[in-house]
Amino acid sequence: MAEIPAVEFVEVSRVFSVSARDEARNVRAVDGLSLAVADGEFFSLLGPSGSGKTTCLRMVAGFDWPTSGQIRLHGRDVSRLPPYERDVNTVFQDYALFPHMTVQENVGYGLMVKKIPKAERSRRVEEMLDLVRLPGFGDRKPSQLSGGQRQRVALGRALINHPRVLLLDEPLGALDLKLRQQMQVELKAIQKRVGITFLFVTHDQEEALTMSDRIAVFNLGKVEQVGAPSEIYERPASAFVAGFVGTSNLLGAALAKRLTGREETFSIRPEKIRLVAEDQQPTADQYAVEGVVREVLYLGLYTRYQVEVAGNSDLLVIEQNLSGAPLEAQKARGRKVRLVWARQHMSPLTM
Amino acid sequence: MARLARLLYFRPRLVLVVLLLPPMAYLFVVYLGSLFALLVNSFYRLDGFSGLIVREFTGTTYAELLLPANLDIFRRTAGMALAVTVADALIAFPLAYYIAKVAAPRLRTWLYIAVTIPLWSSYLVRVYAWKLILAKEGIISWFLTLLHLDFALDWVLSLPVIGGPSLSISPIGMFIAFCYIWLPYMIVPIQTALERVPGSLLEASGDLGARSWQTFRNVILPLAFPGVVAGSIFTFSLTLGDFIIPQVLGNSRYFIGQAIYSHQGTSGNLPLAAAMTVVPILIMLVYLLVARKLGAFDAL
Repeated sequence: MAEIPAVEFVEVSRVFSVSARDEARNVRAVDGLSLAVADGEFFSLLGPSGSGKTTCLRMVAGFDWPTSGQIRLHGRDVSRLPPYERDVNTVFQDYALFPHMTVQENVGYGLMVKKIPKAERSRRVEEMLDLVRLPGFGDRKPSQLSGGQRQRVALGRALINHPRVLLLDEPLGALDLKLRQQMQVELKAIQKRVGITFLFVTHDQEEALTMSDRIAVFNLGKVEQVGAPSEIYERPASAFVAGFVGTSNLLGAALAKRLTGREETFSIRPEKIRLVAEDQQPTADQYAVEGVVREVLYLGLYTRYQVEVAGNSDLLVIEQNLSGAPLEAQKARGRKVRLVWARQHMSPLTM
Repeated sequence: MARLARLLYFRPRLVLVVLLLPPMAYLFVVYLGSLFALLVNSFYRLDGFSGLIVREFTGTTYAELLLPANLDIFRRTAGMALAVTVADALIAFPLAYYIAKVAAPRLRTWLYIAVTIPLWSSYLVRVYAWKLILAKEGIISWFLTLLHLDFALDWVLSLPVIGGPSLSISPIGMFIAFCYIWLPYMIVPIQTALERVPGSLLEASGDLGARSWQTFRNVILPLAFPGVVAGSIFTFSLTLGDFIIPQVLGNSRYFIGQAIYSHQGTSGNLPLAAAMTVVPILIMLVYLLVARKLGAFDAL
């Protein structure tokens, strides 16, 4: 990458010391992490709670400091700069709106502390309220707003200083499903419009897949994989990624060796596997294994089969209910079947 | 028994009456009743010749309050209460902030105990302890002499109004003791108010470009202000009504509490004592109204 990254982690570790005497009890929240986020990217940090993603975000914001390593913003080492000297702003998980201020005062806070004249301040606040689609709400207090509206105020407040990087800490977590999906679309649109880098922390894999240009999957303070959503989903690099992002079947070394000749673990997504009649032969670019259907679950949009396969744990197969066949599928339990999938859908797990 | 339980279950109002009757009766008869008796007494007067209380409705006792000597007492007491309140607020705020926002949870518990532990010992013991500390032969004089700073102490004691023969017999000594005695009552409400301010608000302020003092002025102080006011109500009213510290550490100039004490005791002027108790009540009413005007109760 010739371009200077917007955000760069260089060998960053953050250790929380629990006991000064007992080093082993210290928590390595972030463990030797290196990562680069390009300018203008919508970049997600995805992982379960406690995986270090929020600590990473807090270190970029300046609320926390790396124990070792460097954090660079547009090439400049900011590891030891206080938050107010960094060109980033944050949308907090709990929104962190000032309860004693109106919407206007909240959104204009960043301008107020920078002593921007009142006239310009109120003009820019108005513009910002338009951008987050809250015109006319300026005089309300945060307590008089709904969750979605507070979310927009928090977004407007964070954007008013024109930061080059916006940090979002699970900003949609507190919203209900409908609102969340609506805000996902809106956030993405706003990011396109303002054209700045978004660093987005989430534990919701679907959210990360739909919104991001690239995703870093976190586990135990380390990054397991970095890539575009489709790469992460189609080519998971580790068992953890395969299991955390969507559902996955693991093909153990024994079965893999029988099929491919390589003694490695592979993953394959359940929707890539097809159930065919026992006598149907696979084509040259397909693999096939025999199995017995153990369980059938009808879920409306699709049907889930759990198939017992010799020498491996059970494989999950998902078939969309395109025809009336699923009605018969109910009777498939205990039936011998053949599972077929294209070779290209199998991805080796490197970790 | 089961029938009674069922009866009460379906009549929540009856339960409420049964539960509230004893405390309400106590409140009205004993508490408000005695306050009312006090108010009635303040409208009687003492016959100067016979020394007997004349039980007629009159305003002359209140007129006596306006004598220069009495006004002096009120001014002195209210001034001390104000000074103690301001000083305690200034001392308590950083301490409360440290306890609520900086200290680790374990240390916080210990600090909280350290703040409240003096309240477990007798108030009188602590006042007399201060008498010894502040005495001419006490540790403060000794230490200042050791540092060759005794001239500064002499200078402070020579000041009019706040000075005196020694720290243990002077308004400045009283001020020190008052500040110490009421400090926990200021720390705890401020600490509680600060604990209710989410840490993310302080982070958000810094994130948006505010330096520490801007965050303090724009976020911390407004949100902790109700706590400061709550604490100041304690320190102010407790100083207004106290008569032990002025007696132990003060000079011959009376405070309200002492004046009331001597009027109802030695001089047997119960009506004047009663009228004088109305004064701190009025001062507190004004204080609370001003506090409300300042928006201290908006966030409650």
